[in-house]
Amino acid sequence: MTKQEALFEYCLRLGDTALISGQRISEWCGHGPILEEDIAMSNIALDFIGQTRIILTYAGQVQGKGKSEDDLAYHRDAKDFRNLLMAEQPNGDFAMTITRQYFLSVYNFHLYSLLSKSKDENIAAFAAKTLKEVAYHLRHSADWVLRLGDGTAESKKRMQAALDELWLYVEDMFDADEVDEMLLKEGIAADMKAVKALWEKSVNELLTRSGLVIPPTINHLRKGSRKGNHTENLGYILAEMQFLPRAYPDAIW
Amino acid sequence: MEIKLSTENVKDLLNKVTDPEIPVLTIADLGILRSVVEVDGVFVITITPTFTGCPAMRAIEDDINEVMKTAGVTNFKIRTVIAPAWTTDWMSEAGKRKLTEYGIAPPSSSTEDHLKAMISGVRKPVQCPFCTSLNTKLTSAFGSTACKALHYCNECRQPFEEFKCH
Repeated sequence: MTKQEALFEYCLRLGDTALISGQRISEWCGHGPILEEDIAMSNIALDFIGQTRIILTYAGQVQGKGKSEDDLAYHRDAKDFRNLLMAEQPNGDFAMTITRQYFLSVYNFHLYSLLSKSKDENIAAFAAKTLKEVAYHLRHSADWVLRLGDGTAESKKRMQAALDELWLYVEDMFDADEVDEMLLKEGIAADMKAVKALWEKSVNELLTRSGLVIPPTINHLRKGSRKGNHTENLGYILAEMQFLPRAYPDAIW
Repeated sequence: MEIKLSTENVKDLLNKVTDPEIPVLTIADLGILRSVVEVDGVFVITITPTFTGCPAMRAIEDDINEVMKTAGVTNFKIRTVIAPAWTTDWMSEAGKRKLTEYGIAPPSSSTEDHLKAMISGVRKPVQCPFCTSLNTKLTSAFGSTACKALHYCNECRQPFEEFKCH
């Protein structure tokens, strides 16, 4: 694997996680529990799609085969997607959406804090810009985790159920491989061990304050997103997202 | 007939290009316009995106094309850069004043201070653009556009928008 191939792969991971997060959360548009939440979710989805455009455009330049961000978003299949398993999990109820967004926001916050010091100028600028948006996402989801975890018996029950379910996909977020290692040596990538330690500290603190219990260690954690091994949920997202540009390749909007 | 223009003339022309959502602000006020330089007889107009998903960026590019072509200038190109990343610290003082007069609270602190406050959980009230009171509350950090948050003034009882620190 060359450095160029590793960098392309790394950009795909960042870009695909942003893209699938944005596509997923945009499903709330028009369905939010209150108007402000509907607007908040749509804004967050828009941030993710904007981030995707920048980093997938860069991925295309790194790859050097003349691919645009649209080519990469619409003309790859599930096996070629590198998004975190967490990002593709269904919205479920509001507790499930908020817990997923909280886990991803904490992850993105620490990841992009480190990446803003990347030796790759484009990744550093992208990270600096993204970090500021992620700070708002983090505050939004953390507020809700506290409010619902420390809320009524019903909201607490739902939050705990969401936490237990989504915990299966936590390990996948930090499952660094040779791509991470190679680019870490070059000073380009973030150290996933550091991201994990920061993530655990933040999450432990807030969940404890919210009265929620971290599930005991289990041995059937799902991993594999970095190799394109996804849950069945991704295929359905892609079917919806990619149908139009594949059926009508000359469509513009 | 060829029109001889300087980069200053081009910058003046570009003062006609405003944010489609906040028409009192020019792209120079916002810090979106990074530079205008002449390279081999071609004006290179460098712009940078604000919020990553802001749909106004596309409209702004179209408006630049329109303004230049209307003025009869064809020897130009638009270059978009993402490094260094745009920040509200680049918004001009004139821009902030115009925003307040328009009824939108300008970004209230530097990006660095803002990020620190976000992490520590400190929430400073935003000054009401109508009555200048600090007795306000955040309604939602997400508003009608990516760059704005919603607030409510307890003093003059007006909802208002804030241009978020970024």
